[in-house]
Amino acid sequence: MLYSEKVMDHFQNPRNVGKMEDADGIGEVGNARCGDIMRMYIKVREGCIADVSFITFGCGSAIATSSMATEMIKGKPLEEALTLSNKAVVEALDGLPANKIHCSVLAEQAVKAAIKDYYDKNGIPYDRELLCTGDCDACHMHHE
Amino acid sequence: MPRYIYADNAATTRTGEAAKAAMLHAMEQQWGNPSSLYTLGQYAKEGLEAARTAVAAVIGADAKEIIFTSGGSEADNQAIRSAAYAGAKKGKKHLISTAFEHHAVLHTLQTLEKEGFAVTLLDVHENGVVTAEDVAAALRPDTALVSVMAVNNEIGTVMPIEAIGSLCRERGVVFHTDAVQAVGHMPLDVHAMKIDMLSASAHKFGGPRGAGFLYVRRGVPVQPLIAGGAQERNLRAGTENLPAIAGMAAALQQAAEGMVAEAARLTAVRERLIAGLSAIPHSRLNGDRQQRNPGTVNFCFEGIEGESLLLLLDAAGIAASSGSACTSGSLDPSHVLLALGLPHEVAHGSLRLSPSAEITDDEVEHIIDSVGAIVARLRAMSPVWDALENGERPHLI
Repeated sequence: MLYSEKVMDHFQNPRNVGKMEDADGIGEVGNARCGDIMRMYIKVREGCIADVSFITFGCGSAIATSSMATEMIKGKPLEEALTLSNKAVVEALDGLPANKIHCSVLAEQAVKAAIKDYYDKNGIPYDRELLCTGDCDACHMHHE
Repeated sequence: MPRYIYADNAATTRTGEAAKAAMLHAMEQQWGNPSSLYTLGQYAKEGLEAARTAVAAVIGADAKEIIFTSGGSEADNQAIRSAAYAGAKKGKKHLISTAFEHHAVLHTLQTLEKEGFAVTLLDVHENGVVTAEDVAAALRPDTALVSVMAVNNEIGTVMPIEAIGSLCRERGVVFHTDAVQAVGHMPLDVHAMKIDMLSASAHKFGGPRGAGFLYVRRGVPVQPLIAGGAQERNLRAGTENLPAIAGMAAALQQAAEGMVAEAARLTAVRERLIAGLSAIPHSRLNGDRQQRNPGTVNFCFEGIEGESLLLLLDAAGIAASSGSACTSGSLDPSHVLLALGLPHEVAHGSLRLSPSAEITDDEVEHIIDSVGAIVARLRAMSPVWDALENGERPHLI
């Protein structure tokens, strides 16, 4: 098989999938030209991610990494969600093929972009170094 | 759950019964080396030459004009290099081909370009068909070769091979066609079509992997790619793979006998697939509506990505393929779809179906229903589709 059982499970039965109408933060990363876009929605209560959902245009691993990332940050304090690494997502999925690692990077960036959007909307100061600025073109970053 | 529906015959075909029987016979009875003088070797030699005669007959060639190769890629490599180097000896270093050839052709041309040849890749237009006029306009006094595929492997469009062949013959330019998707599926006559060189692959018509052939018209210069022996009249060294060659010949004979019936059945299947899939909103049939082979249907669906579609089709018991970047093994979507002028984001959402003539009507309906349901499911979770529907992004198809 191309993918692990866990990847296939999250691809075929994605968790937390769908748009969120009253989200507190929305992050979108990727590029349609390169074949993957992730959009992540978060609802924040008392500094924690009370709810999260995603929609993704992309391959099986793009959908699976989005799904896994939402599970890993749900209920977590924002500071902790910000530490989610693509490596942790890959490990939680029992690995990804080498040419699909960029999907996990997108998932990490989507989480950060959603939290940044929440901070920006609420005028909350943050360390810019910690956050993907959102304008780093994931496509060019990983495809060149 | 219906039985697994294999709709990827443009990738490879199931080895047929006639081929398997011929392969077993070659392995059990003709296992000598055809180059050996004793009876067992000569028996193998007879099998080899019988296969050559059978293969030649199907395309209207003489047995002496057939070189057995390891497959279509090797045949393409040998044809193009032979014509290029023969041309260079006469000061002709210009090669013409098309932008959507198989990589066996394109990568060989790229290598030759680095060796100092000039290469013109013809535009294939939005409909995926190159015309003889396009070729005529690109011909130069120093053109050594025109190489145009007979049928495109991804979208199934059929090129006007006879018109291009006639033009090249008139202008004294060698004409090669990669006919990997055509041989065994449509009538080909190398003399009537004025073809100088033709590449074919056994596993595209019910033969085994690892066998193919190159037709080279008598008098057209050809040179070996592999040195080391006198096999194939010094044009392809290496002890002949007789089981695969015998299997190829048997498969091709069987394919030729069933060609008319296969084309009729597949044309009906194709028309139903095109009608059914066209009903999906924002879908697009790729390639000319008329000038196409019976066996290939290629669609793009806006707002989704091809690999996801393939994985979910597989789960629904359907084997198909896509030209998305994720399935092409590179970072760009299919060069064929890009050559048609499709934007990257549209090309990522492509699906190729190439069923066999054995497919049932129920299975065709199952494919149409499954594709419709899966496209809808993927669109429901696609930010691209969301943007298209909200008018934030213009529909491209």
